[in-house]
Amino acid sequence: MPTERGRPSRSSYDAVVIGGGHNGLTCAAYLARAGRKVLVLERRHVLGGAAVSEELYPGFTFSVCSYVVSLLRPHIIRDLDLPRHGLEIIPLEASFLPLPDGRSLVRWGDPERTRREIARFSAKDADVYPEFGLAMGKLARFSKHIIDHPAPDPTSLRPGELLRLARLERATRELDTDLRDLNLRLLTMSAADFLDLWFESDVLKAPMSVSGIIGTFLGVRSPGTAYVMLHHYMGEIDGAFRAWGFAKGGTGGVSLAIASAARSLGAEIVTEAPVERVRLASGRATGVVLANGDEVSAGTVISSVDPRLTFFGLVGREHLDGEFVEQIERYKLRGSSGKVNLALDRLPEFSSRPGEGPHLQGDIAISPSLEYLERAYDQAKYGDFSERPYLNVVIPSLSDPSIAPPGKHVMSIFVQYAPYHIKEGPEFWPRRREAFGDAVVDTLAEYCPTLKDSILYRQVLTPWDMEQEFGLTEGNIFHGELSLEQLLFLRPAAGWARYRTPVRNLWMCGSGTHPGGGIMSAPGELAARAVLGASGS
Amino acid sequence: MPVTTPFHPRTSELCSSMLWKEWAGHYAVCSFDVCHEREYFAIRHAAGLIDVSPLKKYEVRGRDAAPFLARVMVRDIRKLRVGRVIYLCWCDDDGKVIDDGTVSRLDDHHYRVTANVPALGWLERLATPFDVDIEDSSERIGALALQGPMSREILKAACDADLDALEFFRITGGTINRTRVEVSRTGYTGDLGYEIWVERDRALDVWDAVVAAGRPFRIEPAGLNAMDVARIEAGFILNGVDYFSAHHCLIDSRKSTPFEIGLGWTVKLDREPFVGRGALRREKERGSAWALVGLEYDWDEYEALFADVGLPPQVPGGAWRAGVPVYDGGGSQVGQATSGAWSPILKKNLALASVRSEYAEVGKTLSVEVTVEYRRRRVSASVARTPFFDPERKRA
Repeated sequence: MPTERGRPSRSSYDAVVIGGGHNGLTCAAYLARAGRKVLVLERRHVLGGAAVSEELYPGFTFSVCSYVVSLLRPHIIRDLDLPRHGLEIIPLEASFLPLPDGRSLVRWGDPERTRREIARFSAKDADVYPEFGLAMGKLARFSKHIIDHPAPDPTSLRPGELLRLARLERATRELDTDLRDLNLRLLTMSAADFLDLWFESDVLKAPMSVSGIIGTFLGVRSPGTAYVMLHHYMGEIDGAFRAWGFAKGGTGGVSLAIASAARSLGAEIVTEAPVERVRLASGRATGVVLANGDEVSAGTVISSVDPRLTFFGLVGREHLDGEFVEQIERYKLRGSSGKVNLALDRLPEFSSRPGEGPHLQGDIAISPSLEYLERAYDQAKYGDFSERPYLNVVIPSLSDPSIAPPGKHVMSIFVQYAPYHIKEGPEFWPRRREAFGDAVVDTLAEYCPTLKDSILYRQVLTPWDMEQEFGLTEGNIFHGELSLEQLLFLRPAAGWARYRTPVRNLWMCGSGTHPGGGIMSAPGELAARAVLGASGS
Repeated sequence: MPVTTPFHPRTSELCSSMLWKEWAGHYAVCSFDVCHEREYFAIRHAAGLIDVSPLKKYEVRGRDAAPFLARVMVRDIRKLRVGRVIYLCWCDDDGKVIDDGTVSRLDDHHYRVTANVPALGWLERLATPFDVDIEDSSERIGALALQGPMSREILKAACDADLDALEFFRITGGTINRTRVEVSRTGYTGDLGYEIWVERDRALDVWDAVVAAGRPFRIEPAGLNAMDVARIEAGFILNGVDYFSAHHCLIDSRKSTPFEIGLGWTVKLDREPFVGRGALRREKERGSAWALVGLEYDWDEYEALFADVGLPPQVPGGAWRAGVPVYDGGGSQVGQATSGAWSPILKKNLALASVRSEYAEVGKTLSVEVTVEYRRRRVSASVARTPFFDPERKRA
């Protein structure tokens, strides 16, 4: 697949998209589909942003940052015909929770088998679990109304806005009364409190509550995390809600499929072309200036990088109003997670459930209790990484053997907490990187004693690395926390939640806009529609 | 009561779901797990190992084997060289299809025919004037389909045959675990794949060796449910589902000619007479009344039907084969969809359908019946080219 390097073929385009992550590429594809001349500029040598696959060690392909897919909007898959462009998603088989006492829990696709697993810990929870699943399914259907449309603006009386609100209102009315109540509670409660309403056993509450803290600098007992949890429950594959999958070839496979679709629709994509700044003339964006000094003119400039980087890095605060600058300054990025990627000589064996088996073909959580998670957060609050962190482990080479040599495996470990703001200061992270990596491996080795002997290669990504290498400000994987005060009509700033910015002709299309982070592509699509709508097509 | 296949000691040990069905008089695994999904994805991303022993097999030997098979089959077998396999069908005197299958040429005077339904009686009936010997080897020979992108690497690790040289639709001899086998580059999944043919009493040696060689490549034993989804993606028809053997039909309207079920390309009319040639020539001149087509459902309409009753769209959990009517734009029935599946890899709702030939043009919009919350509804479906899924690796 030819991707131009360094230099665009023309000096002028209808639209230039800054950043070749999945949202930037999606936005470009929709604009190209509408006949626009579009250029995508990516700073790195590979496309994908944080949805990227790289062969870091010979024969082993890693989903370097983001590692599972579920929220990718089905209508975008169809609109862009992504399967034809190589998108293949393989579902996760199970959720495996090994425990330090040698017991373990696996939640399977097979509900009866899951019930038996849970009943070993709590017969009551085993009964409640499917009820909870049904309630979450209902809520997820409701949230589809939110994520597939631009955020409604509750302060506006324009007919279009009132219609949007009416639609949401109608969707809300369709929810059962008890669920409506539940939904309101979700907005304010902590994930742990919310789960306490349902379950008695920590083996369910602990691994489920972590969805409420992913990518936030909050603990499972922090208010508001129940909503974040729901955000992760919205996953949907083939109409089946709450299903997660691996992209063939790693999550970069999603980005490459979107890039291929964008190219086939006429978009031009250039890698190794870092943008230095947005070019402005009398307060309007007129194009971009590349790091090599080249200039590209465009009637529309769309940034897929996070709001902080967009406004303070590429535009410059001197060109923005004080109040807007303050909003962007207050916008919470504060990354809290890291990533350890391992190339393994052989499949690791968990002492609580020895042997190979489909229980390893899903996600593996090191999350033995709510107390464990709160202790992990305690250390982070005071500026340290957790010595015993929450881990979410996947071994995608079990489902997609093309990414590792025969019999060998790729292991991806998501780690929380690894606060960007460590007490020595973020720039001190490179000196703590290996100690952080050791803590992660030591933690996992407690459940998986053979792990250390099978490691062929290790990559440790701290939030500092994610900022330096992937341009994620403060290492925030979602371009800003998914906490309530910065979602919907407040993402990224009040009054600027519709992809427009205070700079005329400059738009946003990244995860820092509604509906937020994850491999959804919804911000990219909704931004493209907003751009096209504004120019009357 | 069904009997067991040569691989039963292994498959029965692995079939924790206890989901079996009858296939040509044999016990066959539907899915080893309660859900076939992992087996399906193994076929598409690693390799699935499927026991296809219930296939009917016939060894045709003798000086006249080639002219005999040329007389029975719609393709000209005399052109088939040693080490090659062809796909074809055979008809009755009226040109109505009895079965479809493959013919492999194992050596100068030895061919193997595979079939879905018993064919010995029909073959014997036509063999009288020829110097041939026909053996029903169905029970003597076990067969394994190894299908998926990793199948070549697995087989190379298990078998001494030159597999890099074994092109699509070729067959060769080889040894697996000190056991003599034939390996053909064939299958029923539309993926890169092989079928392994082995004597019954050595079958387990082959199974064990292939499974051991396949472990590093993530081989999975797969059942018929997974294969059924794959075969629909590949656009392969199934006797008894998408058409009916002329020998099994009580009424003529159930019978089909090769042209009517998408097998017209296998028919070679300009040669010595073969069974059904006259009728097929007449049909070729006259045009066929029916055509077999692929259908792709319109997703937005499908989703809207579910939204109407407040449900999220539900796709079929596996392949289905309960026929449903197909209509034209005006609401007249113009045919039937005979089998279908949600394709997890293409993200499309697919079906194979028989429609009146004037509705068979690719791109034509028809509608097909779907049942949503007990109500019969219709959803637009467009006529699509098959195979729906056709990866380069299949032939590469």
